[in-house]
Amino acid sequence: MAAVVLDHITKTYAGGVEAVRGVSLDIPNGSFTVLLGPSGCGKSTLLRMIAGLETISGGTCRIGDRIVNDIEPADRDIAMVFQNYALYPHMSVYDNMAYGLRNRKTPPAEIDRRVREAAGLLAIDEYLTRKPRALSGGQRQRVAMGRAIVREPLVFLFDEPLSNLDAKLRVTMRLEIRRLHNRLKATSIFVTHDQVEAMTLADQVVVMNAGRIEQVGRPIDVYRFPATRFVATFVGAPAMNLAPGRIVADGVVEIGSGRLAFDAARLKPSMGASVDVGVRPEDLRLLQGDPGANAAVGLPFAPEFVEELGATRLIHGLSGTAPFVIAAPAATTAADMTAGRIAADPAAVHLFDITTGASLASTAA
Amino acid sequence: MVERRSLGDLLPHFILCLGVAIVAFPVYLCFVGSTHPQEVIANGHMPVTPGPLFFQTYYQTLFVGTSGTTRQPVAAMLMNSMIMATAIALGKIAISILSAYAVVYFKFPFRMSAFWLIFMTLMLPVEVRIYPTYKIAADLHLLDTYAGLTLPLIASATATLYFRQFFMTIPDELVEASMLDGAGPVRFFFDTLLPLSRTNIAALFVILFIYGWNQYLWPLLVTTRDDMQTVVIGIKKMIVTADALTEWNIVLATAMLAMLPPVLVVVLMQRWFVKGLVETEK
Ligand SMILES: Nc1ncnc2c1ncn2[C@@H]1O[C@H](COP(=O)(O)OP(=O)(O)OP(=O)(O)O)[C@@H](O)[C@H]1O
Ligand SMILES: [Mg+2]
Repeated sequence: MAAVVLDHITKTYAGGVEAVRGVSLDIPNGSFTVLLGPSGCGKSTLLRMIAGLETISGGTCRIGDRIVNDIEPADRDIAMVFQNYALYPHMSVYDNMAYGLRNRKTPPAEIDRRVREAAGLLAIDEYLTRKPRALSGGQRQRVAMGRAIVREPLVFLFDEPLSNLDAKLRVTMRLEIRRLHNRLKATSIFVTHDQVEAMTLADQVVVMNAGRIEQVGRPIDVYRFPATRFVATFVGAPAMNLAPGRIVADGVVEIGSGRLAFDAARLKPSMGASVDVGVRPEDLRLLQGDPGANAAVGLPFAPEFVEELGATRLIHGLSGTAPFVIAAPAATTAADMTAGRIAADPAAVHLFDITTGASLASTAA
Repeated sequence: MVERRSLGDLLPHFILCLGVAIVAFPVYLCFVGSTHPQEVIANGHMPVTPGPLFFQTYYQTLFVGTSGTTRQPVAAMLMNSMIMATAIALGKIAISILSAYAVVYFKFPFRMSAFWLIFMTLMLPVEVRIYPTYKIAADLHLLDTYAGLTLPLIASATATLYFRQFFMTIPDELVEASMLDGAGPVRFFFDTLLPLSRTNIAALFVILFIYGWNQYLWPLLVTTRDDMQTVVIGIKKMIVTADALTEWNIVLATAMLAMLPPVLVVVLMQRWFVKGLVETEK
C-alpha cells in the first residue's frame, strides 16, 4: 500500500502562477522519495500541499487511507523539517521537541520517553536544556529532525533541510538522514535541487521541471536511462553532452561529419529522423592510434582546454560546431589530447526526440 | 590604553559631562529645596546644600499633604497616577498587539482598510476629540472613575504599526511549524508570539507608561474629586497664585516623588530589554 498517493494535483497561485501542473505520483510506504528539480519548478509547492500548508487547487492527495485535501495540517499525520529549521527560539531543545506532543495531549511520561529516545538517536541529549540560539547549525538541524521524529508520523517531509549547512556538514548529515531512515523505515519525502543529495538518499527520485514530473525511478535508472532530454542534462555532473544528429543507418547516428553507433535494440528512431544525441562525458573516450581503421565510428574532436579535478580531468572541446566535454582518466597525457577523435560504447548513447525531448527508448528500462 | 587617551578622547567626555550637569542640576536644586523649611525658599534664598528637614518634609508630603490647597496626601496621588499610567500602558499594548496579530496573520475582507483606520487614530489624540469624548464619558457616568480616566486614552491602537512591523519579521515557517505542531491561533499567540514579543513589549511599556504618567489635560477634565487627582495635577494645584502661601518645600518634594516611578520604570525595563537585545531571538 502506498503511503502517499497524488492524483492529478495542480496548484495555481493567486497571481495566476501555475506552480504545479497535474502531478500524479505514488509514494510507497517506507520509501525515501526525493523530489529533484531546478529552482522554481514547484517542488516546495508540491511538498507544502502534501503538508497542508498550501491549498490544493485540483486533484486529490491521499495519505494513508484518507483523502487529506480538506484536512488540517496538524491532523494529517505528517511532520515537516524546514530549511531554516523553524525552531521556537524561546523554548529549550526539550520543549521544542515536546511542544507538538503536549498540544496533542500525549501523557507526560510518554512525551519524556519519546523526546529522550529521539535525542539519543540524534546525539543531542547533552543539549536538551539549551535554547536553539546556543546550538550550531548542524545541531539545530538535528533538533528540527528530532521534533519531527517524536511525532512518529506516517510521513516525514523535508524541504531542502541541508541547504543552510556548510559543504562538509551537508555530507555528514546526508549520511545520517539515510542511516536514520534505514532505522525508522518511515515514509519520507525530501525536496532538493542538489542531485548528489537526490542520488545518495533516494529509493525513488522524482525529477520535476516547470511544475511537471519528468521522470520517476530509482536513482541509477534515472541516471542511466533518462526519460527526457531535460532529465539527461539535469542529472549528472558534468552534464550530458547533447548534439543534433540524424539517423543514417540501423544503429548509426550521424553528428556533423562523424558517426556514433547506438544500441538499436533499445532505441527505436525512424530512419532519417533528426534527433538529439546525448552522451555522458564519462562514457566518451579518446580514440588512440591510427584513425583510418576506426573511421566508420567516432567523432572528430578538437580539444580547447582542460579542467583538472584530480581524479579525472575534463577536456572541453568542439566536435564540428557542437561543444563536447570528456571526462578522461587522470593519467591522460597531453599527447592523448591531440588524438582528434572520440567514440562511445553504443549502450551509452542516448537519443531524444528533437521536438518533444522524450527519449526514443522503446521501453523504459 | 594609556596612550590612546588623547585630547580628542577627553573632549567628547567633557561635553557629555557638561550635558549631564545641565540636566541634573535643576533636579538637584529641586531635591535641596525640598529639604529646607518653607520660609527659606519663600524668601528667595535658594540654598545649594541639603537642609535638615528631609524626613519631616517627605513624611508630610507622602502621608499628610499640603495644609491648604490639595488636601490629599501625595501617596494617594501617586497611587492614582500609578494606576492610570499602568492601565494606559497595558491597555494600549493589549489592544495594539491583538490588532496587529489580526492584521498580520489573518485574512479577512478589508484587512488593510482596517489597518489604516486603526493607524489613523494616530491623528486623533484625546486633545483633538476632547469635547465628544468628554460628553461620552459623562453620559456613561465615567467621570471621577478610573475607567473614565484611562479608557479614552487607551482607545487608540497607535502601537499597532510597531507590532505589525515586528510580526512581519517573524519567519512564516515558525507559524507553519506551530500549525503542524497542532497549535491553533490562540496557542500560537500565547505560546510563541507573546514570548517572542517580550522585549518589544518592555520597550513599548516604558514609552507608554511615561506617556500615561504625564497626562494632564484629560485627568484635569474628567476628575473633580480630590481623591481621584493624579500627581501631575496635584503639583499644579499646590502652587497657588499668591506666592507666599505656596508650600514650596512640599511642592518640590512632590516633584521629586513624581519623578521616581517613571525613572524606576526606565531603569528596570532598560535592564530587561537590553538583555533582550543582546540575546537576539527569532
Ligand atoms: N505564494 C506564492 N504566490 C505566487 N507564486 C508563488 C508563490 N510561491 C511560489 N510561487 C511560484 O511558484 C513556482 C514554484 O515555486 P516553488 O517554491 O515550489 O519552487 P521550488 O521548486 O521549491 O524552488 P526552489 O528550489 O528555489 O525552492 C515559482 O515560480 C514561484 O515563483
Ligand atoms: Mg523550494
